Amino acid sequence: MKIRIKFAKYGSMKFIGHLDMMRFFQKAIRRAGIDIRYSEGFSPHQIMSFAAPLGVGIESLGEYLDIEVLSMTSTEELVSALNRTMVEGVTILDACILPDTVKNAMASVAAASYQIHLKEGDFCLPDLAGSVVSFYAQEQIPYTKETKKSVIEMDLKQGIYEMQVGETQVLTDIMSAAAAVLITDPTEERATVPCIRMTVDASSSGNIKPTVVFEKFCTFAGCEIPPAAIQVTRLETYTNQAKEGDSRKLVPLLLQER
Amino acid sequence: MRKLALCDDILMQVEKPARYIGGEVNSVMKDKDRVAVRFAMCFPDVYEIGMSHLGIQILYSMFNSWEDVWCERVYSPWTDLDQIMRRDHIPLFGLESQEPIREMDFLGITLQYEMCYTNILQVLELAQIPLLAKDRDASMPIVIGGGPCAYNPEPIADFFDLFYIGEGETQYRPLLDWYLENKRNGGSRQDFLKGASQIPGIYVPQFYEEIYQEDGTIKERRKLYDKAPDTILKEIVTDVSHTHYPDRPVVPFIKVTQDRVVLEIQRGCIRGCRFCQAGQLYRPVRERDASMLKTYAAQMLANTGHEEISLSSLSSSDYSRLNELLDFLIEDCDKKHINISLPSLRIDAFSLDVMGKVQDIKKSSLTFAPEAGSQRLRDVINKGLTEEVILKGATLAFEGGWTRVKLYFMLGLPTETEEDIRGIGDLSNKIAAAFYETVPKEKRVNGRVQIVTSTSFFIPKPFTPFQWATMCTKDEFLEKAHQTKQGIMEQLNQKSIKYNWHEADVSVLEGVFARGDRRVGQAILTAYQRGCMFDSWSESFHNDIWLDSFADCGLDIGFYTTRKREDDEIFPWDFIDCGVTRDFLLREWKKAQQSVVSPNCRSKCQGCGARRFGSGVCYEEGNQET
Repeated sequence: MKIRIKFAKYGSMKFIGHLDMMRFFQKAIRRAGIDIRYSEGFSPHQIMSFAAPLGVGIESLGEYLDIEVLSMTSTEELVSALNRTMVEGVTILDACILPDTVKNAMASVAAASYQIHLKEGDFCLPDLAGSVVSFYAQEQIPYTKETKKSVIEMDLKQGIYEMQVGETQVLTDIMSAAAAVLITDPTEERATVPCIRMTVDASSSGNIKPTVVFEKFCTFAGCEIPPAAIQVTRLETYTNQAKEGDSRKLVPLLLQER
Repeated sequence: MRKLALCDDILMQVEKPARYIGGEVNSVMKDKDRVAVRFAMCFPDVYEIGMSHLGIQILYSMFNSWEDVWCERVYSPWTDLDQIMRRDHIPLFGLESQEPIREMDFLGITLQYEMCYTNILQVLELAQIPLLAKDRDASMPIVIGGGPCAYNPEPIADFFDLFYIGEGETQYRPLLDWYLENKRNGGSRQDFLKGASQIPGIYVPQFYEEIYQEDGTIKERRKLYDKAPDTILKEIVTDVSHTHYPDRPVVPFIKVTQDRVVLEIQRGCIRGCRFCQAGQLYRPVRERDASMLKTYAAQMLANTGHEEISLSSLSSSDYSRLNELLDFLIEDCDKKHINISLPSLRIDAFSLDVMGKVQDIKKSSLTFAPEAGSQRLRDVINKGLTEEVILKGATLAFEGGWTRVKLYFMLGLPTETEEDIRGIGDLSNKIAAAFYETVPKEKRVNGRVQIVTSTSFFIPKPFTPFQWATMCTKDEFLEKAHQTKQGIMEQLNQKSIKYNWHEADVSVLEGVFARGDRRVGQAILTAYQRGCMFDSWSESFHNDIWLDSFADCGLDIGFYTTRKREDDEIFPWDFIDCGVTRDFLLREWKKAQQSVVSPNCRSKCQGCGARRFGSGVCYEEGNQET
């Protein structure tokens, strides 16, 4: 039985890299006593697949992993069993049973949405909303991608599906947007700060880093903001459910087949 | 949520920020306002090394089981963060609270190997605690050292307020109780230290001084506080089956050296190899009940989620209930897809059978530690491993499908000759030959056998029969390594043998620290102030700075390493009583020179002195003191 699990990663856990998160979940699944399926062979490993890797320093409200289990009482029980063995900074949000025909989490990823806000102060732009609109209104956003092997000229615009300004809650002392959403009492009035939100290509072939988009935006708007000053939060990870020939139809990974 | 000591900006700059954030599974958080004692437990090396150490896990768990105590962990910040902390004046912090160590009551530092001594100074300086105990005022934590190197604490005596000699389970509670009582009474730091010196196993170095003779050896030790004890007897746990053991060890986020559940099956070793310090320090051998071990194995695996469990002891094959324990583990772990790792097993039919069940034979290798190349020299060091046993074990293993063998030897052992060194190549070759004789051509999986022969340099250690031995110079060591290499090159099967040898400079320094006196501390301080740190990491080891520091402090390295020591010389560590008597060690030293072996503790008691602790192998049925 395939299970898809959605979780949030925030606070000090944003410093834990992707491979270490995989190890963390392998151990958590053992601690939670989940009846996970193992591969065959002399050194069996857990059947587990993560969606889009999250860069170190980025928080998330929309992380996914798929596992296969041999037995389970309910997804609710699985979520609470895992949450009982989590650490501060990782919260299991939801889980669902997937039909066997669904591609694994990693292969399903088409896009991800992000939010960027400043850890302190504001963007110092007279018209942030206007700047974002005119930045996104450009026909093309040329970008030179340098990897170890090659230099590629590409158009970022193709991979930015949406971009706008918004407001986000912020906890005064920890500057953790994801934690603010998860931990604070929703009835409590909290100060909000402006942020930029975007939905970008996160597929294995065309992944776009939100920090690259932000960097291009800063150059365009004429403001200087060092990378260390911003906090990036992934809000959701999407799959594309458009039929052949249709335009994009982005659906959160968890809702894919519900 | 916890607030981190380091800002995002710094954490994003350093390699592996997970070393500094704490918050791991099973790390313990407490309310600092509701505890009476805050204890920082330090392993003075990088996180991945420190987190792999069982002793700290035991003490961390024991301290935190006490409601009024909060024990946190601290490790050496790696060189990248070290620079930033110095530049920005960020005080070193505990991983749990992320608050400065300076504000805590105790800083405990484990002393596992000599080459971490400069890192002790790094930790103190980053914590903004004065490096010398005499410069610390009432506001500073009590700095306490423990672990195997505390058995000769003199080279680092000036940096510590006190040392705990022996196993940590027994006297920490009385020590903390005295600390609290003294605080309630409004007593001073000096009052605390005076009272602490009356607790068994506790050594307060500032209450003693060393007086030297003209030739530099020790004339006498003089007490500066008349009630301080003349000798300090080590502490041991008499019943290791009913004592504290961590059922919820901390699970690191990043891969560490020992990324598994560690089950300590026994303490001590019956073998009595004459070069081995651990074999003497941890006497007598005390086994844990198999039932206790089974319970802990299950709990620790469930509470950590680790996918591997390792049995820990100096010589696992000597554990009397090994069969029963392994049967249980193999059955239990197989169900849960958990690997079992079995270090320090003698290679014989039984162990090969077990290893065949729990390891991938194609990937694993066999390890033999003959330590010396000839039977004569193996008799000198009392290593009861014969060539016949090695070849028989190897042959059995080759029949079982193994193709990789690791061999460990030491160079520079007392009485060593060129013939003994040639024996290393000869033995390596015979094992290779055994493979080609045993495994027919068509069945050789990788074509040939892979033998990796490694040598380290012998370093005489306190409380061993070889504490009187002279150590080789660097040039002698390198010449011996060269001869070993030549000896291997001349072998028929030399293409199947790979030879590794150890760095000689570090070994010489380790030799100085191991048998050093209090004067050596000045050179450690000088070298640290000139930039030495992480000396056990070859990339940050600077031999030239060390040599200059010794010279500038007026200390002769040869005095500590190559000098001949008389039978009745007063050693810097003689005031410590590790249970094994000096008479016994001297007897063993004489027997070594005559190549006479001593039977192990179970075969025939040698009257080492450890029987006085009233437990362990000394009181097993049929064992009588001689």
